[in-house]
Amino acid sequence: MSLRKYLLRRLVLLIPVLLGVLTLSFVISYVIPADPVRSWAGPQARPEQLEVLRKQYHLDKPLHLQIGYYLKSLVIDWDLGTSPTTRRPVIEDLKAFFPATFELAFCAFVLAVIMGVPLGVISALKRNQLIDHFSRVVALFGVSTPLFWSALILQFIFYYKLGWLPGFGRSDFEIERYTGFILLDCLLNNNWEAFKDSLERLILPSVTLAFYSMGYLVRITRGSMLEVLGAEYVTTARAKGLPARVIYFRHALKNAIIPPITVLGFTFGWLLAGTVLLETIFAWPGMGRYAAGSIVRIDLPAIVGYTLIVAVFMIISNLLVDISYSIIDPRVRVGGKFK
Amino acid sequence: MEKVDPLLSVKDLKTQFFTYGGVVQALDEVSFEIHSGEVFGLVGESGCGKSVTVSSILGLVQKPGRIVSGRIDFKSENLLEKSERQMNDVRGSSISIIFQDPTSSLNPLFKIGYQVAEPLIYHQYKKNKEAQSRAVELLKRMGIPDPAKKAKCYPFELSGGMRQRVMIAMALACQPDLLIADEPTTNLDVTIERQILSLVRELQAETGTSLLWITHDLAIIAEMCDRVGVMYAGNIVEVADVKTLFRDPRHPYTVKLLKAIPSEEHSVDVLDEIPGAVPQLISPPPGCRFHPRCEHAMEICKVQKPAVNQLNSDHSVACHLAAEEGR
Repeated sequence: MSLRKYLLRRLVLLIPVLLGVLTLSFVISYVIPADPVRSWAGPQARPEQLEVLRKQYHLDKPLHLQIGYYLKSLVIDWDLGTSPTTRRPVIEDLKAFFPATFELAFCAFVLAVIMGVPLGVISALKRNQLIDHFSRVVALFGVSTPLFWSALILQFIFYYKLGWLPGFGRSDFEIERYTGFILLDCLLNNNWEAFKDSLERLILPSVTLAFYSMGYLVRITRGSMLEVLGAEYVTTARAKGLPARVIYFRHALKNAIIPPITVLGFTFGWLLAGTVLLETIFAWPGMGRYAAGSIVRIDLPAIVGYTLIVAVFMIISNLLVDISYSIIDPRVRVGGKFK
Repeated sequence: MEKVDPLLSVKDLKTQFFTYGGVVQALDEVSFEIHSGEVFGLVGESGCGKSVTVSSILGLVQKPGRIVSGRIDFKSENLLEKSERQMNDVRGSSISIIFQDPTSSLNPLFKIGYQVAEPLIYHQYKKNKEAQSRAVELLKRMGIPDPAKKAKCYPFELSGGMRQRVMIAMALACQPDLLIADEPTTNLDVTIERQILSLVRELQAETGTSLLWITHDLAIIAEMCDRVGVMYAGNIVEVADVKTLFRDPRHPYTVKLLKAIPSEEHSVDVLDEIPGAVPQLISPPPGCRFHPRCEHAMEICKVQKPAVNQLNSDHSVACHLAAEEGR
């Protein structure tokens, strides 16, 4: 099976998954005991007003019709509905908040990979030596520290005590927005001062987020590398008298990298969704904070919209993982034995 | 006759594994020699130390294992004194090896042409392209059909027999002085085994390389080897040329081993077996390690390790019984 055909099939498979996610989020909002309309309209609203809203959002209809209406506007108009609390189209809100979150998650992801994978490899090569113990402690801390706690601690040290880094917000500069991705926009404006400021502001939240997801990556990489180092083809490579770097980084690492890549797919999804708490702490104007606010206000269209976006990214990152498998491992490439 | 130094001389080699459960005395003063152009067989049951002998020669004993004492002279140089870097120049170049399982011994993620070319790239500093075309020639010599196309295949796309041919091509790439074959046909079916055996014999005759053949199969020894060492529980108990060993085995273990082969004289249902099991090498039996299973065991066997008796220039045996008879 060619890669193109495979991609096509996977994209088609995306549809039932998204349908499932959609149904599930509707069911969950349907069964919650609170009345969303009352929350949208405020305590002073008259019953007639509530009725109007209820009709407008089809909340008077049974669940399957609600989903049907939603799907109809989604498929025909690419419309995720209008938020009853911000009174703006959900898609506009998400467009406005998405870049900040993506930027944060992406930086955290890159940091986690460039720190986590090498640390895992080194730990495996220097098994039970000092560096291995060090990395074990780092990984354990990363995995077991709650995100909000490490965020507060880092903020306390580097912002409050040392004053090295800014602790809140995304940027103070007024710049022309081309993409919504602030670092990119600063560069496009050729505004280096603003770039430096936004970069500094990005450091604390993304390091916190990276630290959290790195631990798992370190352990997976180490375990996988250790397993591969014991494989017979590594013995063969040794018996061939190859230099150590070729044995470790060509023969071993290429095999060992496959399990960490699997983890990476999920990691990116987690990071995207894991920013909810973090954005609140760092006053980061992203999708996570938007979602948190929407949940509090029972803003159903916003919640469903956010869920869909996160689901799409989760699926895409897993698709990327599967593609990178097939690039690394020829056994996955041929015969269509994708599992 | 002029006395020539052997190509490989292993002397009193002791390799041990320091595990939590205790020290595994895997090799207990193993000595043997391989001459230029000779095919030397090493035979014994699983776990008797054949493979540890091989990894000791190649300097590939992994932690917690360590070569405790002895020496391994290869072309009159003690390999045990060489640094890891110097050993890297020997491995895959002057001494190379074919492993038991070609499926797990080939890296699944690299094309076989590259894997065969690799020793040439790193030992003879050949350009990638040159090495690859040499690899295709080697694959062709191994009897692999359509070698140029096969070179671009990954290991999983080949059959077991073909994979073993690839391993042999890889081992012979740098024209080694010594080729070690560590049970290379154990995982192959009988017809493929035949093909591989005749291929290796052919190549050995052609290149004149010495061959160390490790196996538990006496039939292969009889077919392939000039001389044989019989290993038991980390000791070499008997060394002889093939004909002598089969006609006149002197060590009780060798005798038992030969009786365990099905042949016309003793049919399959009355095959002899050796009573007892291979001893744990953490606490091997004192004296002769074979004495608990030996029907001729004497008092001295339980306390004193038998010395090697040189019966004649081509036959030596480590047994008290042989020493008694010789007296």
